[in-house]
Amino acid sequence: MEPLSNTLAAPDRKPKRQRRLPTEFGILAVLIGIALLFEALGWGIRGQSFLGNQQRLLVMILQVSVVGLIAIGVTQVIITGGIDLSSGSVLAVSAMVAASLAQEPGYARAVFPSLSGLPFIVPALCGLVIGALAGFINGSLIAITAIPPFIATLGMMVTARSVAQVYTRGQPISMLAENYTWIGSGAVPVVIFLVTAVIFHIALRYTRYGKFTYAIGANPQAARVSGINVNRHIMLVYTLAGLLSGLAGLVTSARAQSGQSSMGLGYELDAIAAAVIGGVSLAGGAGRITGTVIGTLILGVMTSGFTFIGIDSYIQGIVKGIIIVAAVVADQYRQRRRRKV
Amino acid sequence: MLSPGTFRTVREAGVKTRADYLLEVDNVRKEFPGVVALDNVTLRIRPGTVHALMGENGAGKSTLMKIIAGVYQPDTGEIRLKGNQIKIATPLDALEAGIAMIHQELNLMPYMTVAENIWIRREPLNGFGLVNHRELNRRTAELFRRLAIDIDPASEVRDHSVANRQMIEIAKAVSYESDILIMDEPTSALTDREVDHLFRIIADLKAQGKGIIYITHKMNELFTIADDVSIFRDGRYIATHAAKDITREQVIAAMVGREITQMFPKEEAQIGEVVLSVKDLALEGVFRDVSFDLRRGEILGLAGLVGSGRTNVAETIFGVTPATGGQIRLNGQPIRIRSPREGMKAGMALLTEDRKDTGCFLALSVLENMQMAVLTDRFVTGGFVNQGAVNAECTKMKDAMRVKTPNLDERIENLSGGNQQKVLIGRWLLTNPKILILDEPTRGIDVGAKAEIHRLISRLACEGVAVLMISSEMPEILGMSDRIVVMHEGRVTGILDRAEADQVSIMRLAAA
Repeated sequence: MEPLSNTLAAPDRKPKRQRRLPTEFGILAVLIGIALLFEALGWGIRGQSFLGNQQRLLVMILQVSVVGLIAIGVTQVIITGGIDLSSGSVLAVSAMVAASLAQEPGYARAVFPSLSGLPFIVPALCGLVIGALAGFINGSLIAITAIPPFIATLGMMVTARSVAQVYTRGQPISMLAENYTWIGSGAVPVVIFLVTAVIFHIALRYTRYGKFTYAIGANPQAARVSGINVNRHIMLVYTLAGLLSGLAGLVTSARAQSGQSSMGLGYELDAIAAAVIGGVSLAGGAGRITGTVIGTLILGVMTSGFTFIGIDSYIQGIVKGIIIVAAVVADQYRQRRRRKV
Repeated sequence: MLSPGTFRTVREAGVKTRADYLLEVDNVRKEFPGVVALDNVTLRIRPGTVHALMGENGAGKSTLMKIIAGVYQPDTGEIRLKGNQIKIATPLDALEAGIAMIHQELNLMPYMTVAENIWIRREPLNGFGLVNHRELNRRTAELFRRLAIDIDPASEVRDHSVANRQMIEIAKAVSYESDILIMDEPTSALTDREVDHLFRIIADLKAQGKGIIYITHKMNELFTIADDVSIFRDGRYIATHAAKDITREQVIAAMVGREITQMFPKEEAQIGEVVLSVKDLALEGVFRDVSFDLRRGEILGLAGLVGSGRTNVAETIFGVTPATGGQIRLNGQPIRIRSPREGMKAGMALLTEDRKDTGCFLALSVLENMQMAVLTDRFVTGGFVNQGAVNAECTKMKDAMRVKTPNLDERIENLSGGNQQKVLIGRWLLTNPKILILDEPTRGIDVGAKAEIHRLISRLACEGVAVLMISSEMPEILGMSDRIVVMHEGRVTGILDRAEADQVSIMRLAAA
């Protein structure tokens, strides 16, 4: 890995232009390094290419698309200096509600037997609205009662999970109609993930929404004195994060062709990990969607790579944990060094 | 040189001292990056006396006290305690040597009981090595009886008023049985009745031969309880007098007695009609009955000591903390301003007092810092920022203000204080304000940048902007203002014309 990061860092030393490389380059190097490591291990252990198999790469991204969607939402939340722990649970509620409205017509054990054969837009819209509503409640709690985002979204995480269970008394919802499951089939989730990433990348970099998001994270008081309606903006940011959790719920249920109350369990932490690995600072005011996407892909490459070389999948957690912490330590170190200059 | 530990042993053995002074500070110098906070300062404290320290904001009193209490280390100079030279490296050293300080900011732990707070680090233990709470409360009750304080030792600190907390701090300091007690504006949170109580405690401590160093801004306190007065100015020691031999006028003259050395590039601006009129403005518990007019092209100075409510008035006018009473008129029309956004819509801008706390977005670039306010209503179409146009404006502003930065993408954190301040002023000028409120526009920045900012303020006034300028620096207030509003303890104590204002007349109103 080391010679690679050296070559990538080389342009930094160009004498003329003083422009720093985007911080994402470092993390991109890590991604490529891990991928090449698995490539080498693949040839050594299984005698075949890891990266050469397009089908595997698609599955790899497919597996992290849902976490990636949530990670995009949580990235902008973290940029405001907040956190969202509720995304996995909100995903489950959206998945349940959408699935219950998307069952095959004539299915005897449907949740709402009279509400079958609805057009795609109905379950989809309901799922998204549920997600956005949960996010709006998070944002309102944080903005109006001024409780810490950690607490507000922890409450939502516990509550929403329970709502998902109560909805069908814990029963899974199956037999989903084909006019619904298409959004989870084939490469569709990957497309949704990447398109969403591009939209939010543009929103954060080129719109007033993005500028204000960074400003609030960097210094909420200065943001308020600069005329920004901080409370309203915070509510909007969390609502959009909820909306993305809802979208993730649709994709998850469509892909599994069922709705289960345990869906998305622990995804909120994977999403936060992806953002943090991608260089999003928990202190607020710094981070980019490109970093988060790379962070998501690192998680995907690891999962897929471990399966590929047939190493005990239980080890994954150990490696993942080390990478998360190492990413943040490296980031802190880099920032401290920059400040000294 | 004695170590604080040795000193404690000597002290506890009850060895009587024959030294004339409890504490002698000689030629102490302390520099912070860019400023000399103390320059060859000398101080002598006699046993059994109250020694008042007087001086304007930034005169160096608090820095000196923090050195004596072990919070800061002096660069040079020596401290002698009862004739023995001593090195005080930490606050703990100071306590061991018999110096206790009551800090201006209260340092109590809100979720612990009164008794736990007072005896922290010195808790009585039982046979198992656990804290003996009964003994702890008993000791506290005894201490309170001695000081005639009526507070339940077992209650939690957070349930007490600020005044009670101040009394708890005082009791804590007394509990160290120190020889020297430092009180940094102890009465600022107290009512008259509690001030009397404190003065009785002080008289009692005096009778026991202790030395009390008393920092205050209040003249009448000085003449009520002080025996000696030392006066400081701009980090220098000026003089020590016996309180009975000096008048209020002489103290003020010594406090302000510097020549105005800087040149102020004030141009004569055309002063026009009243744009902002404030009548009986109030913010509950902070200030009240604040009235003044601000005219087009005028620079109105707002003077007063720290804590007089100057900043609160500025923030209330701009909408950061909406008023609880009174009226604001804009061009003759009554207006309500409930948020900074509304203040901006009314054509106002506020450069806040604390660059780091409420001004800069430290993690962001110069460009982001400069454009943030104007983006609330210009250069945005359909949510998208018209970055080309903003960049052009910001570049123009950067050049006009002569901000020294390699480029607009540099993080503002890496700029000097003066350049950061120029960026923040630029942020507001981009919004084309009619009323510009500046809170300490040149605090902590170098002389060159200062002069540039003064020139800029003057030019803005000439262009018809109405300027309200808060400053703790007398020369700045006197050099720049057309009129000066002086505040003391949340009230306006006077409005002076440029012609009649001088340092003494302002200080008389500010110290009331």
